[in-house]
Amino acid sequence: MKNEINEAHEAFEENSSSDSKRKIVVPGEVIVKGEDYLPGEGTRREGESIVASKFGLAEEAGRVVKLIPIFGAFIPRRNNVIIGRVSDITHAGWLVDIDSASSSFLPIEESPRFINRNEMDQYLAVGDVISAKIWTVKGKGIDLTLKGKGLGKLENGFIFRIIPSRVPRVIGREGSMVNLIKERTGCNITVGQNGWIWVKGPSIEAEIKARKAIELVADKVYIMGLTEKVEEWFQENE
Amino acid sequence: MSEMTTKTTKKESKRPDGRKPEEMRKMTAKVGVIPNADGSAMFAFGDTVAIAAVYGPRQLHPQHLQDPAKGILRCVYDLLSFSVYDRKRPGPSRRSNEISKVTQWSLSPAVDLVAFPNTVVDVQIYILQADAGTRTAGINAASMALAHAGIPMKDLICSVAVGKNDKTLIVDLTKEEEDFESGEGATDFAIAKLANHDEFSLLQFDGKIQPELVKEAMELGVKACKEIYEVQKKALKEIVEDSKSGARKK
Repeated sequence: MKNEINEAHEAFEENSSSDSKRKIVVPGEVIVKGEDYLPGEGTRREGESIVASKFGLAEEAGRVVKLIPIFGAFIPRRNNVIIGRVSDITHAGWLVDIDSASSSFLPIEESPRFINRNEMDQYLAVGDVISAKIWTVKGKGIDLTLKGKGLGKLENGFIFRIIPSRVPRVIGREGSMVNLIKERTGCNITVGQNGWIWVKGPSIEAEIKARKAIELVADKVYIMGLTEKVEEWFQENE
Repeated sequence: MSEMTTKTTKKESKRPDGRKPEEMRKMTAKVGVIPNADGSAMFAFGDTVAIAAVYGPRQLHPQHLQDPAKGILRCVYDLLSFSVYDRKRPGPSRRSNEISKVTQWSLSPAVDLVAFPNTVVDVQIYILQADAGTRTAGINAASMALAHAGIPMKDLICSVAVGKNDKTLIVDLTKEEEDFESGEGATDFAIAKLANHDEFSLLQFDGKIQPELVKEAMELGVKACKEIYEVQKKALKEIVEDSKSGARKK
């Protein structure tokens, strides 16, 4: 199963491994002073200085100053791959709980094959876990689709949650981190942008190991060169 | 928390616990005290201890309260029954409803919920131990908890009570000082301020004061807010450096 990385977060690991400085900032704190800088995501300009709008790690990438949040709820965006649980079946589709403030809906037309309206629960029943892609984000709700590579019902294995803002870290640059964990444990892992992670492996031991590795990555937000750290961790826990 | 306040027989300008007029009680702050919440914090002024938990943004019910333009903030403040000497009857009261409201008003200028229409951010503040200044400690804890929950904010909020015992202006009153009766009596002046802006979000006043002293009292409060801000900032940064998330993980 392939993980699709949200474009908005793609640059995350890339910058962190380069020379750019990172510092922890609280909301309202001045990150840099000077007219030369441009406020990026999570920051704003206030007079002469660039100020943080959230609690997180501030990073200067050239002239742009941006803020990497390390806590916080999932903010749905188009094309995010998420993991959710079917919470209800209506005449037109499925309601899916994706741990977000707005409710999400999977229309029957968005399933990869034709489904008879009378037999919807045979395809997806209440309580089933799916990986889906966000098709649209509207004021009142989110529309999902199952059309795409690697999307669909998740069977066996287990799911657990991490803080959604740390998903980019778990995925790593072009999926490097999650691929490393997959390789070392032999597990199948799908990371949803909403912080739900599905793990299925050859044995329970391997699954637990994968979960521990992922939680280690999600916990160590402030550490640089995390891939090496995880590599070490795997060697210690062979 | 365990320090006992003792009466001193020294000079009259000294306060009952021996502090200088502009000296605050020892402050302690900790972030991530409630792992189940999206954000949480504890803040203490000496013997006054407040905890705050933040949940959300999440869907708001009943629906008629929803605002399609932005998310709303909802605060609950209460004393726990064992926080005061005479057991406090649990449940909302006139006093706690009022403080919930003013807390909400004092926090909302700092939070920016435009990105979360139709949602609510719930802030719950509970006082574990009360020795005056509970609303201000609650606001300080809540502002840290909101930041910890990753809510977009304009600034942190710092809050403190300034008062007057007879003729001397003092900051961060204890219960004993609040109940001071001789002379002009006690004055209690609770303020909340955006840490890096010259904006006040709460001004509550109880007692008597000369108009010319109000400005002086506010300046004293602003100075105290600077100290509080440093404590809040330190507590927030500590949790990242320790690399312990302290936030929801199920």
